[in-house]
Amino acid sequence: MLKNYIKIAWAVLQRRKFFTFISLFGISFTLMVLMVVTSLYDHAFGPQMPERESDKLLFVNNMREQFKEGYTNSSPPSYYFLNRFVRPLKTPENVSINSIFMPVNSYVNNKKLTLDQKHTDAAFWDILEFNFVEGRPFSAQEVNNASRVAVINQNTRKNYFGDKEAIGQTIEVDQVKYKVVGVVEDVPVLRLHSYADVWVPITLKSQDFKRTGLKGTYFATIKAKKASDVPKIKDEFASMMLQVNKNSKPEGVQEVFSFADDIFGTFARSLMGGGKTDKSGLLYGILAFAAFLFMLLPTINLVNINISRIMERSSEIGVRKAFGASSATIIGQFIVENIFLTLLGGMLGFLISAGVLEMINDSGILAYVNLGLNLRVFAWGLLLCLIFGLVSGVYPAFKMSRLNAVEALKGGSK
Amino acid sequence: MIQLTDIEKVYRTKTIETVALNRVNLQIERGEFVSIMGPSGCGKSTLLNIMGLLDEPTGGYVAIDGQPVKTHSDSKLAKLRNEKIGFVFQSYHLIHDLSVVDNVELPLLYRNVSASDRRKRALEALEKVGLSARTKHFPNQLSGGQRQRVAIARALAGNPEIILADEPTGNLDSVMGEEIMDILLRLNQEEGTTIVMVTHDENMALKTNRLIRFFDGQQVADSMVIEAQI
Repeated sequence: MLKNYIKIAWAVLQRRKFFTFISLFGISFTLMVLMVVTSLYDHAFGPQMPERESDKLLFVNNMREQFKEGYTNSSPPSYYFLNRFVRPLKTPENVSINSIFMPVNSYVNNKKLTLDQKHTDAAFWDILEFNFVEGRPFSAQEVNNASRVAVINQNTRKNYFGDKEAIGQTIEVDQVKYKVVGVVEDVPVLRLHSYADVWVPITLKSQDFKRTGLKGTYFATIKAKKASDVPKIKDEFASMMLQVNKNSKPEGVQEVFSFADDIFGTFARSLMGGGKTDKSGLLYGILAFAAFLFMLLPTINLVNINISRIMERSSEIGVRKAFGASSATIIGQFIVENIFLTLLGGMLGFLISAGVLEMINDSGILAYVNLGLNLRVFAWGLLLCLIFGLVSGVYPAFKMSRLNAVEALKGGSK
Repeated sequence: MIQLTDIEKVYRTKTIETVALNRVNLQIERGEFVSIMGPSGCGKSTLLNIMGLLDEPTGGYVAIDGQPVKTHSDSKLAKLRNEKIGFVFQSYHLIHDLSVVDNVELPLLYRNVSASDRRKRALEALEKVGLSARTKHFPNQLSGGQRQRVAIARALAGNPEIILADEPTGNLDSVMGEEIMDILLRLNQEEGTTIVMVTHDENMALKTNRLIRFFDGQQVADSMVIEAQI
């Protein structure tokens, strides 16, 4: 039966080529945009290198002070806050403190190179799963000793040393020389908490350690023992913040806010304004609604095209009913046909998406992004195709299945 | 086999009411070849559609094998049509996008029949109507007579107990019309298939067993053909 339906669907597609083109273009373009967005989302928030175990990771990247006069002031937290209050939390498996990345200058063969540098502790390398192509991370001892060692990314190695090995070589950044101990695969800039070109020990910025304010230029990366511990860590963090508010808030400040959020949560909170509640659900809702609106127009278009296509086939509906098809069978047939059409459009959409993603990768708009259609994106795309096919097929199919068999036969061609 | 009791069919719009069938009582017995005649618009096709469970009467009831079908669900009616009835239409109503053999398989699609068995039965039906050489053609590659033979093969494929034919020769010239009539007669005589045929052609009607005449939605005559000829 399925083969028969697909034969018909294929023949119908070939019959009105312009309609087919409009349908397929609408589906493939819509899916292409959604796939590119999904791929970007997956790249920014999905379990990707080096934040592979994203379900166990929490990030602290904001400290908001609400002053008695009513205004608020936000920035990343200070080393003092993270070291004094976050590092001692008991529920996490591990806590890393690392600086935000800062642009620094370097000169290679008289050519200026602007690199992003990040100061980290040794726990950073334990928590995150970087792909080392050469060497190793710097050790706890090197951090304690404030050794001038660096881990660089592949792109920096290429700029400095071409195709040669980098381990043991020296790089000079902001007039400070570092010995390269490791080279890692490039981390996309979308991974704000891990990304840099050059990572060096946090102790090289020890002047920051003495400042006792709550705001500064540091992040904390927290790893839970297991994913189910994440809510407990958030609770412990919230209790800790109560204590901070009680005992350690700066003068003139009415309340301070900071949260341990997962990667999407940090993005949601910074985008939607810092409140007390987690904004992930709201942002997911807004994104889903935006995707719904974005899909609505082509869906309505497809519904209309489907209705006019199916109307042409009223005689066929009449014949099928006469020979034993129930209304439910007719609905099933048109939904199968529509899913076939949307899957075709989906395949086209996949191909176009692959091209567009390649263009984004090559354009360098986003540093080191390597967007691609992986299995997760593919699954999302397939799901979107099916939803698209169902939504745009159900109404016309239902409408036509209600057609009286005699009327349908009269409306048919000879 | 098919019993129509006090069948009425009234088409209503806001301003007008048209009576298509007025208290029709009819009993079709197994193995009969019945022709229905009457002027255009007298309700012949409406009657055939009601017999074939494609349309609902506004009054009275239809019973198949003694079972009234008034309360049957859409899917139960579909099952009855699929298993008991085969249709042949004046304008063939073949599906243009499907090959001849795929068209003939249609009734079997809605049964639990394997693809190979479907194909076998469709080919047998095509052989019965002499179209074994045209199985892979598409309807628009066939003449009118050949299309109607495909339509008959489609009606036969499901091995129905009754065939309802609505002016099966109406679109054909006399030679092709005779061919189609011969096939229907053979089916009735050799395989015992019950056939009810609407026709405008007196000569065709006189070849059947029983002739029913309609006028203005009413049955005005019902006689065995030998009597009708006298």
